[in-house]
Amino acid sequence: MKFLVCVSNVPDTTTKITFTPDKKAFNTSGVQFIINPYDEIALTRALELKEAAGSGSVTVIHVGPAPNEAMIRKALAIGADDAIRINAEATDAFQVASLIAAAIKDEKYDLIFTGRESIDYNGAQVGGMLAELLGIPSVSVVTKLDLNGNEATLEREIDGGKEVLTGNLPLVVTGQKGMAEPRIPNMRGIMTARTKPLKVVEPAAIDALTVSVAFDNPPPKQAVKLVDPNNMEELVNLLHNEAKVI
Amino acid sequence: MVLVFAESWEGKFKKSTFEAVSYAAELAKSLGGSAVAVSIGNVSDDDLKLLGKYGASKVLSVKGDNWNTFHPVGFAEAIAAAAGKENAKALVFSHTYSGKALAPRVAAKLKAGLVAGAIAQPSSTSPFVVRKKCFSNKGLTDVQVKSSLAVIAITPNSCGVKNIETSCTPESFSPEASSQAFALKVKEVKKTTGKIALTEAEIVVSGGRGLKGPENWGMVEELAAELGAATACSKPVADIEWRPHHEHVGQTGITIGPNLYIAIGISGAIQHLAGVSSSKVIVVINNDKEAPFFKAADYGVVGDAFEVVPKLIEAVKKYKASH
Ligand SMILES: Cc1cc2nc3c(=O)[nH]c(=O)nc-3n(C[C@H](O)[C@H](O)[C@H](O)COP(=O)(O)OP(=O)(O)OC[C@H]3O[C@@H](n4cnc5c(N)ncnc54)[C@H](O)[C@@H]3O)c2cc1C
Ligand SMILES: Nc1ncnc2c1ncn2[C@@H]1O[C@H](COP(=O)(O)O)[C@@H](O)[C@H]1O
Repeated sequence: MKFLVCVSNVPDTTTKITFTPDKKAFNTSGVQFIINPYDEIALTRALELKEAAGSGSVTVIHVGPAPNEAMIRKALAIGADDAIRINAEATDAFQVASLIAAAIKDEKYDLIFTGRESIDYNGAQVGGMLAELLGIPSVSVVTKLDLNGNEATLEREIDGGKEVLTGNLPLVVTGQKGMAEPRIPNMRGIMTARTKPLKVVEPAAIDALTVSVAFDNPPPKQAVKLVDPNNMEELVNLLHNEAKVI
Repeated sequence: MVLVFAESWEGKFKKSTFEAVSYAAELAKSLGGSAVAVSIGNVSDDDLKLLGKYGASKVLSVKGDNWNTFHPVGFAEAIAAAAGKENAKALVFSHTYSGKALAPRVAAKLKAGLVAGAIAQPSSTSPFVVRKKCFSNKGLTDVQVKSSLAVIAITPNSCGVKNIETSCTPESFSPEASSQAFALKVKEVKKTTGKIALTEAEIVVSGGRGLKGPENWGMVEELAAELGAATACSKPVADIEWRPHHEHVGQTGITIGPNLYIAIGISGAIQHLAGVSSSKVIVVINNDKEAPFFKAADYGVVGDAFEVVPKLIEAVKKYKASH
């Protein structure tokens, strides 16, 4: 069984988000980058499934420039067997998905994982696009995934509940919390990660279909209006007459 | 012409669908055309016509046994076929769970740029530029679509449902389906019974570790019931199993944007805010006046939840009795 996990490089969850003075780009100075948390969950599930099967391989793939290899090494330290970096600075999800599809077209992966969404652009796009480009089914926002031979049983989130599905491989799934508890790399993992294969491939000629032309921070909130804890009638009154939400 | 996917659930359209249809109608107006909806599944003619209220001039209705459950591959094929047939210039989805599964497939199929999670009408249609949130609500970005067909998936509850009375005719539509279209089988639907779906709720009442234990959630549920609200919780509360995991909101949980979010005994960590800062109005109840959540709140009550919440419940009851 061959597993592929798409990983993106995102700012740590506690990062204060700022933009360059011309508002054209994200200000990366001093920012700590991590594996997108959902991708880490997906990676862990892939490793668990490989271990349960007793054979197979888990490859991680990333579209990004050389400095992002630090993040890729972390994925190898968690337990991936090898890695592919497509050497490009993609500007949208379509470009990422197309580059990945082109890079893996001669490899037959049984199960391809992405995260539910990347926590930087929050698009939730790459997984569905990749599946479409590969011509295989996809299941989004998956909270549980089990394999029985070639058949997958999945649970996905829907508004107001969960849906349980089955389908045959190959499949693309986008991982959500619940699928696995992320693993912390141990010392051995960190040591072996340095020597695991990391293949760099040059990108296919594919243009993005969208581009972020400007950024900004949301307007600052007005200062909080404090209400006397003994006067909840006043709070209800404000919510009704001022905020108009009840 | 703007095509909009009219998502339904058990034969009924959702509020997010009406919002997407009215968004499409407004967009069609600025592009100089009409809005056509495509509905997939067993929706009655009366329900289909309802979309006219929100500005759809026609509804393509795809029906048949295969189309009654959600299949991303088949649905994407049907929507792409409808876009071709109607010569769509723009395609609108709601960025719901189904929208997240479908819009990327349709966009990739049609080689069309997708703005996922849009929060407003385009600021310009030539070039086509739409605003969305990024960095888990900590940033905003204007995304330019470079393809001639634009796909926009709007964040639920960000643009509002608008009444745009239009006469609307349902038309049956039978797209071809590939051998892959219905490849996945739905075995079971587990509903979080009797409750309002968190992602659809207009009001959400949420509790954190400050509530000390699961036995204290009675007042949270009572307040929610009085307000017709859904209940939510912070991550640690779900992790220690005081509350079910599907209630966990935040960076690693569900993202919500209700009209009103009431946070009780939650500190307001940045990862929690990531999931709730789209809320229109935030009320924070916390006994620590330094709690970071107050910085993100519209209204704050510095006090002990165990005293404040019962008073709030009484005040809501009183308000309801007089309105
Ligand atoms: C990668 C990552 C992802 C994360 N994702 C999420 C996420 O998705 N969602 C999430 O919620 N968290 C998330 N967290 C955890 C987050 O950082 C916080 O630890 C968590 O939100 C704190 O939960 P809390 O506010 O319920 O508890 P606490 O931080 O313990 O806060 C309890 C609050 O209750 C108040 N309080 C105590 N007693 C009372 C009383 N009697 N009356 C009123 N108030 C009282 C206290 O003043 C305090 O402010 C994540 C963390 C990481 C590192
Ligand atoms: N540059 C990238 N390289 C590899 N995978 C990516 C990249 N960007 C996004 N992904 C994958 O696609 C998922 C969804 O990302 P997005 O569509 O950007 O929200 C992520 O969780 C990753 O699994």
